[in-house]
Amino acid sequence: MKATVHVMLKNGVLDPQGEAVRHALGALGFDGVEGVRQGKVIELDLADGTSEADVTAMCEKLLANTVIESYRVDLS
Amino acid sequence: MKAAVVVFPGSNCDRDLAVAFRAAGAEVEMVWHKDTDLPAGIDMVGVPGGFSFGDYLRCGAIAANSPICRAVKGHAERGGYVLGVCNGFQVLTETGILPGALLRNSGLKYICKTVGLRIETSQSAYTEGYNAGDVIDIPIAHHDGNYFADAATLDTLRGEDRIAFTYTDNPNGSMGDIAGILSENRRVLGMMPHPERAADQGHGGTDGQALFRAVATQLTTA
Repeated sequence: MKATVHVMLKNGVLDPQGEAVRHALGALGFDGVEGVRQGKVIELDLADGTSEADVTAMCEKLLANTVIESYRVDLS
Repeated sequence: MKAAVVVFPGSNCDRDLAVAFRAAGAEVEMVWHKDTDLPAGIDMVGVPGGFSFGDYLRCGAIAANSPICRAVKGHAERGGYVLGVCNGFQVLTETGILPGALLRNSGLKYICKTVGLRIETSQSAYTEGYNAGDVIDIPIAHHDGNYFADAATLDTLRGEDRIAFTYTDNPNGSMGDIAGILSENRRVLGMMPHPERAADQGHGGTDGQALFRAVATQLTTA
């Protein structure tokens, strides 16, 4: 089984990289991009029977820093 | 004072930190990230700058979960002294020993230069060799030194006089110009600037010397 973890900076935490991407898109002539937030996607190959709670624990302990980041887990 | 300096794969200021502690009169042992215990009788743990584990995932995140960091956390919880510099500060926030987090610099650039630091409090073993309000020159060298904490944490840090240093000219977007903070018991200091790089005449500045001397004196007479 696979889990996909999406990690994003929390709302309210300044994302300078996202801002730089937004400026670059504007410079390329793409008008109307009002905000860009950049995060990361982590794919996990998991042994069968790994629970969503296990993946949540992985996020809390390592994959995300919950002081600044939020995460979402998709199991498939 | 007996100090241990932690070495992670990718640490690059570990020996500089050891030299600065020794010059202040400390006995220093290096400890490896896979060690599960600190040597007996350690007063101070130095967590050095560098790029532990290549800064993979987040700066300091992998190091914070290494075996030695469990021992460092235990040492801090028992009231031991810990100094985290640069990547060491990032490691201390990732372990939760210090509050907040270090984000990418607001200008997105890696910055390596000497900056002015204002001493915000002399009420700690690290800063008692300075006067509050003094400005000292200490080098910074980081890409992720933009201090972030929520409003309640910032209020607590201010209210408890736990901001040790602020930048006179904020280089990285840090909230409140914060360059270094203390733990609640004032025995853990995390700071992005490198006092160990301003601790010898050969460095071109010695403003960091007083930090190492003060803490070594405090822990030797204690």
